[in-house]
Amino acid sequence: MTTLIEFRNVSRVYGQGEAEVRALDGVDLKVDRGEFVAIMGPSGSGKSTAMNIIGCLDRPTGGQYLFDGTPVEHLSPDARALLRRHYLGFVFQGFNLLARTSALENVELPLIYKGLPRADREAKARAALAKVGLQGREGHHPSQLSGGQQQRVAIARALAGDPMVILADEPTGNLDTQRSHEIMGLLKELNRDEGITIVMVTHEADIAAHARRLVVFTDGRITRDEPAEGAVA
Amino acid sequence: MIAEAFRLAARSIIRNKLRSFLTILGIVIGVAAVIAMVTVGQGSSQQVSASVEAMGSDVLVLRPGRREFGPPGAGGRARPFTLRDAEALALLPEVGALAPIVTSSQTVIAGNANAATQITGSTPDWLGVTNWSLAAGRNFTPAEDNAGLAVCLLGQTVRQTLFGDADPVGQTVRIKSIACQVVGLLAPKGAGSFGQDQDDVVAMPIRLLQRRLAGDTDVSTIQIKVAGGVSVQEASSAIQQVMRERRRLSIDKDDDFSLTDMKEIATMLNSVNSVLSGLLSSVAAVSLLVGGIGIMNIMLVSVTERTREIGIRLAVGASARQVLTQFLVESVALSLLGGIIGILVGLAMAGVASRFMAIPFVADPMVILGAFGFSALVGVIFGYFPARRAARMDPIEALRHQ
Ligand SMILES: Nc1ncnc2c1ncn2[C@@H]1O[C@H](COP(=O)(O)OP(=O)(O)OP(=O)(O)O)[C@@H](O)[C@H]1O
Ligand SMILES: [Mg+2]
Repeated sequence: MTTLIEFRNVSRVYGQGEAEVRALDGVDLKVDRGEFVAIMGPSGSGKSTAMNIIGCLDRPTGGQYLFDGTPVEHLSPDARALLRRHYLGFVFQGFNLLARTSALENVELPLIYKGLPRADREAKARAALAKVGLQGREGHHPSQLSGGQQQRVAIARALAGDPMVILADEPTGNLDTQRSHEIMGLLKELNRDEGITIVMVTHEADIAAHARRLVVFTDGRITRDEPAEGAVA
Repeated sequence: MIAEAFRLAARSIIRNKLRSFLTILGIVIGVAAVIAMVTVGQGSSQQVSASVEAMGSDVLVLRPGRREFGPPGAGGRARPFTLRDAEALALLPEVGALAPIVTSSQTVIAGNANAATQITGSTPDWLGVTNWSLAAGRNFTPAEDNAGLAVCLLGQTVRQTLFGDADPVGQTVRIKSIACQVVGLLAPKGAGSFGQDQDDVVAMPIRLLQRRLAGDTDVSTIQIKVAGGVSVQEASSAIQQVMRERRRLSIDKDDDFSLTDMKEIATMLNSVNSVLSGLLSSVAAVSLLVGGIGIMNIMLVSVTERTREIGIRLAVGASARQVLTQFLVESVALSLLGGIIGILVGLAMAGVASRFMAIPFVADPMVILGAFGFSALVGVIFGYFPARRAARMDPIEALRHQ
């Protein structure tokens, strides 16, 4: 297996002097292609900070981050935008869909920036929506969809751009248990069938149990890194 | 990408109809003002050159009183001319033809129809000097003029009022105590330099008018056609000299009459036009500036409101440039919309105004294109700052924005 994501002694410091916060404090982490990693840890332990760096939305203030062997920390904002566009898909806790915009158009969004012609875009977006079980809902706006359905749209959006990695920061944080496990089923399927690497932050052990590896953060450091218990099949 | 941005912009404009409308109002007013003013201005200068053309550029108008400009008949209180002055001038070799003119406002009656109109008294040369022709009948003769016989020519407007489409030649009309025989019908002439209806006229021998209507021997203006091969300047100085002698003006006195050529009148009218245009242009420029600031203001609000959307777009891989383009296109779409509405409103206003002022409606494609381009430019200039603000957002902070 090749290494896709590699943190070398990564730190992320917010503020200065008295107000300094070490959100990440010397983190070493390697994630291989095709892995399904769950990140857990108490609130404020640096999980989201780590996800933002992995997702090239943020840069480390110390150490090195290699994405697919390429150091990212010195890339320009536009170069990082290109990485996001072509290799990364995000699923957020708050769904982050565009309001007053149909599910189909939400899913088409990354494809617009990839420069796909309109017809291709629509076909791809429809396929992605079908994959997450939302065929027939293409024209619905987020406000006309349930929370679970909105999160599926968000997954379809992450999926549509054919990413190597899907980064999910508390994807089930706003969903009930039943919907949560449905979403996890979906992510697992994508990991197994499409070989998409998944890194997911969660607070719930039974959600984390869907992953194959568990990484625990405490105070900006990794304190546990082990195969997920049971690794529910 | 640009097409996509235009689609998005159109949607966001339609979504906020009222707000978009209020935003572009400044541009609409500015552009409408420019278009209306330029269109009316061009129409009226075309009108002026047309009427100069019609009069002939070799025509001089002699009026009593110091040089002043204004509609015909608005002359000063100086000593009027007499027919003797006209006769003396007619002897000059520099003068080709001339027509002494007296006017009087009267009511003309035929049967039970009547028309309030302007009576022009002149000599038979009047038609030639004013480049006018007859639609029917004949001109009055020098003999009729000398005898002050009661004959007259009708203008088209008066003819319509009194006789409709019927042939007036041979009919009799009453003007005060005169029973006047209509011997000719003037050809239609249209509106004059000041928008007046030149066809609203009755012409008669000048002596008839002096004796029976005015009761004096005054001549209020003399229109002079310069002789062939003689320049307007030469003719002017010859006429000036004769008139100074006849009016016994000593060396130290200024002329108490004025001599204007049609070119001068045209220049004067056009300069009034361009002063007005300049004034309105600056009003329009201020309006466009205010309109641009309005667009900038709304775009800043919009960027703030849509911070989260911007974050989402950045997260899925939009580059700063693409975000910039999107917002720039939106502000250009707004200002272009304002420009287009402004052009239509301006043309409509100019259409109504030209009708009212009886001048031709001249829609200049270059001006319309210019207004179009200028409103796009306003969108780019005033949209750039808000768009740059959007493009420079930090994705994480934008996503976290509530
Ligand atoms: N923009 C910021 N400015 C200053 N401090 C920040 C900023 N973002 C995060 N932090 C701090 O960094 C630390 C790690 O935050 P982070 O969001 O990564 O925690 P988390 O593990 O995701 O927590 P949670 O489970 O509550 O989401 C926290 O102490 C937080 O206060
Ligand atoms: Mg977090």
